[in-house]
Amino acid sequence: MAKYTYSFYPGCSSEKKASASNMMTSVETMCSKLDIQLNEIPDWNCCSASIGYCGGGELPRLAMNARNIALSEQHNPEQDIVATCAACWLGTRECQERIRQSETILTDTLEVLKEAGLERHFKNEVKVRHMVESLIEDIGYEEMAAPVVKPLEGVKVAGYVGCQTNRPFGIDGESFENPKYLDKIVETVGGEPIEDYDKKVTCCGGALAFSEPEKSFAQIKDIVESAHDRGADLIVTPCPVCQMNVEIYQQQINHQYGTSFNMPVTYYSQLMSVAYGSSAKEAGLNGQIIRAKKLEDIAGK
Amino acid sequence: MGSTNTAKVDRYKNNFLKEVEENVEEGDWVRMCMQCGVCAGSCPLGPHWDHPPQEIFMMIRAGKRDEVLASDSMWMCTSCYNCIVRCPRELPITHIMHGLANYAHRLGVAHQENPTRRFAQMFWNNVTKTGRANELKISLGLYFMDGFMNGIKKSLAMKKIGIGMFMTGRLDPFGLVQGRGCKGSGDIDKMLKKAFEIEDHRKGYNS
Ligand code: SF4
Ligand code: SF4
Repeated sequence: MAKYTYSFYPGCSSEKKASASNMMTSVETMCSKLDIQLNEIPDWNCCSASIGYCGGGELPRLAMNARNIALSEQHNPEQDIVATCAACWLGTRECQERIRQSETILTDTLEVLKEAGLERHFKNEVKVRHMVESLIEDIGYEEMAAPVVKPLEGVKVAGYVGCQTNRPFGIDGESFENPKYLDKIVETVGGEPIEDYDKKVTCCGGALAFSEPEKSFAQIKDIVESAHDRGADLIVTPCPVCQMNVEIYQQQINHQYGTSFNMPVTYYSQLMSVAYGSSAKEAGLNGQIIRAKKLEDIAGK
Repeated sequence: MGSTNTAKVDRYKNNFLKEVEENVEEGDWVRMCMQCGVCAGSCPLGPHWDHPPQEIFMMIRAGKRDEVLASDSMWMCTSCYNCIVRCPRELPITHIMHGLANYAHRLGVAHQENPTRRFAQMFWNNVTKTGRANELKISLGLYFMDGFMNGIKKSLAMKKIGIGMFMTGRLDPFGLVQGRGCKGSGDIDKMLKKAFEIEDHRKGYNS
């Protein structure tokens, strides 16, 4: 029996050969070191993300998320749902709250779930959490520090919290405008957080980085530039959308703005995996398009 | 769809606020806005909004139905939730923006060329087809949204990124492994059919 057990909602981007597959690798490594067992929700489906609003409206989007809640309560009873993706966490938790607020929506949702024979499993009582939230609130910084064998000495990290890991629910009751938990995680693994990183909660454009790339580039440029100007070796984030947007467009931004950014953008779980003594591969560092050289060096030592 | 729009106009006459309250997701919050302007300074793509949320709420009260529904402002919402955590009246602004955009889209009067509207519909179609997102098909669909030649151009512009993602194991070039979907995709189909049936009925989309 593992010390901590959760019902796990990985989400589409964490799938094999998907954009956040490197996060998944590092999350698995991190969890094994912290004695966390993740029981995947069998046959989970997409949360439909925020951008699903156009095609999905209200009830169909709630239906997608309610199915996951029902499957979790059916197969992993008594276990909190934990999501690694901000959008998945948000979608599921918002769905839960919306259904709790309205009798009509509850009735409608149950009628919809009946189509899949899931209505009797849907209690809507499970707690829906973000992985970072569970790490901080259940495991705690002290226990997160325990497995550190290779402290990330001298690595300067800009903690980029972004939007949906932070708003509207927040983590550990921290401020929406100046959350500090990423900095604390960086410190916990022996790194050097950049405390005056002023773009820590600036939006990367989210899904609009696809549909309105030029408009979003201005956002991403600010996010990278501020980290760069403060001497960051890398940016670290908990969000798969932030990670992708901030990493992959740097070349195009350089082209457009005449900058010369080459800033690695990694996940908190990758920092932790490296500090816990894992190889670069176990930390998913081979998944970086902009190599995180400093972390690779520590992992290779 | 045009007929639904006409039916709504007939039904609500000049009371657009009431129409929004009864038809738009979280629309019953609009009257709570006190016009303080905090949200207006909160949108990341702010310069590209013709009418920031505060103004949209004012326009709804002023009955500017066509201007609001056809605006591409709501489609500039990045779902950043800045507004929600800042609004002193606790309006669920993000959801109202999504709700307005969805309502205009369902009535067939939404901003036609807006790329986010078209991308968002494509995204929904993609994820509901198998129950999970297939990132390759979503990206290709996006690049080819404006026709074949444009698609080729955009794909070429994005080629480096695609190759980078593929080389690092983060994109499945054949869409074979990733996004194969849910076993229960038949169930999801049935659920969604039901959900649309109920929502369409409640909101009178079929009339
Ligand atoms: S912040 Fe809230 S109250 Fe102020 S203008 Fe915006 S919606 Fe209205
Ligand atoms: S969630 Fe949308 S409406 Fe609210 S501040 Fe962000 S972009 Fe603006």
